[in-house]
Amino acid sequence: MSIDKDKIKHISKLARISLDSKKSDSLAKDLTSIFKFIEQLNELNTDKVEPLSSILNSPLRSREDKIDDGKIRDKILENSPKKNEEFFVVPKVIE
Amino acid sequence: MSEVINKNLSEIIDLIKKKEIKSEELTKLYIDRANKSKKLNSYITTCFEYTTQKAKEFDKKPNFNSLLPGVPLAVKDLFCTNGFKTTAGSKMLENFVPKYESTVTENLWKEGAILLGKLNCDEYAMGSSNETSYFGNVINPVARDTVPGGSSGGSASALAANLTPATIGTDTGGSIRQPASFTGTVGLKPTYGLCSRWGIVAFASSLDQAGPMTKSVKDCSIMLEAMAGFDKKDSTSIYKKKENYSKNLKNNIKGIKIGIPKEYRVEKMPKEIEELWNKGKSILKDLGADIVDISLPHTKYALPTYYIVAPAEASSNLARYDGVKYGYRSSKGSDLIEMYENTRSEGFGDEVKRRILIGTYVLSSGYYDAYYLKAQKVRQLIKKDFDENFAKVDAILTPSTPSSAFKIGEKTNDPISMYLNDIFTVPVNLAGLPAISVPAGLDKKGYPLGLQLIGKTLDEQNILNVAYAFEKNCNFKNEIKSWWL
Repeated sequence: MSIDKDKIKHISKLARISLDSKKSDSLAKDLTSIFKFIEQLNELNTDKVEPLSSILNSPLRSREDKIDDGKIRDKILENSPKKNEEFFVVPKVIE
Repeated sequence: MSEVINKNLSEIIDLIKKKEIKSEELTKLYIDRANKSKKLNSYITTCFEYTTQKAKEFDKKPNFNSLLPGVPLAVKDLFCTNGFKTTAGSKMLENFVPKYESTVTENLWKEGAILLGKLNCDEYAMGSSNETSYFGNVINPVARDTVPGGSSGGSASALAANLTPATIGTDTGGSIRQPASFTGTVGLKPTYGLCSRWGIVAFASSLDQAGPMTKSVKDCSIMLEAMAGFDKKDSTSIYKKKENYSKNLKNNIKGIKIGIPKEYRVEKMPKEIEELWNKGKSILKDLGADIVDISLPHTKYALPTYYIVAPAEASSNLARYDGVKYGYRSSKGSDLIEMYENTRSEGFGDEVKRRILIGTYVLSSGYYDAYYLKAQKVRQLIKKDFDENFAKVDAILTPSTPSSAFKIGEKTNDPISMYLNDIFTVPVNLAGLPAISVPAGLDKKGYPLGLQLIGKTLDEQNILNVAYAFEKNCNFKNEIKSWWL
């Protein structure tokens, strides 16, 4: 399948990545060849195959819903690109 | 004293234990060499003052009973290190200083090792040549115009150049084994779940594994022993008793069955690699192993499957980089959405964008079944190939890579040709199996080539033993001359 510029525009919107026209062109070209490569999989009949999402035989372990750390707010905020006291700051969302 | 840095990790540990060298002296040797080796661009961040301080502390109160007593180590910059920048090779994390330590690195420090610094890698571990790093490409000490492989390219380069006695990398599709092969070093990807993923910058969570990169198989067993172990902070960590890989290392492989998969004889593979593979077979045969021809019929579908599964997981893992809580934030954009879009556009490099877009697309409404679900089904078939064959053989021998180290810039314009580098390593990640790349010979140009041994789930000891026996009888010598000094 060929991936055109409009499709790139749609996917990049979903992925929240802004792209200029030149970059969209080169990505359309790259993705077209990559999907051509990927579509080799269509040679295989997989109707009766169960999908494999994890190689682990057992289900994921879950922990008790109990706080075992906490009190690390200031540490976490230290890496924030923009903060105000104990809050992350983002561009205005509502008028 | 400078010949100390040519030694293997196990020999260096012996010197420390016999008090023939102090941790501080040893540390100074590596720092001096790193300062003279900047041309290789192996490091992103160094913390030499901290290393020296820690080495002094070790010498004052040494504990010689640990696995890595007072040994300075540099690690891939994908492992979060508390208080030291962790960039993942990306502009996005250029100034990120974790407030916590990854479990794997914590395990190393508990065994007495000391952090030297953080090694260059492909951006978010996406690449096979270390050319996607925001911090520039890395030079392979084998030859000045070649790549060290990737994504753990800085790790492989630093190790081969004797800037660190051993190191660790991560392997999602070959990122430990391929650079090990390109630099004449040993690299092991453990069974999925053996080493904790906690605190490692995530790429593709169902495939990522951390593993050792070393100059010898014995070193590899020591490092694996130090790194591995159950961790309740990783929900995919396997609960099992810690193993003594180094103590149990033995080179008697009589009667072990080694499978040779015919599908790994790919088109356009250089004759030298075929010959090397044959050499590997005959060495193991002479040591008493049974060589068995096997078939892994879905091998050719592993790479296309990988290029759906890995980008899909990456696109969802990398959704967290939005410029709000940590990492880079663009100053452009009039509202929140524009801020997100500009942050991600400016913060991620081309290869990362490519993979996020592939992943977003295969997971998007209307395409999920055709791509992602299809890939999960083929992944099942690939795993089944291995399961069926491991009822008959104990390990599988293949080449590690379809070529030796290539030239810088040679493959950067063609993503598919770059992806094909991982053709022999990717199936192992999809099946979650352990595999080790061991140096096996040099090609006509004098560049190293490796062979890969694939093992059963959690059978690391067995592939280490076969690799150990192979290493002893292969007489591989890396011919790296320190031309960059």
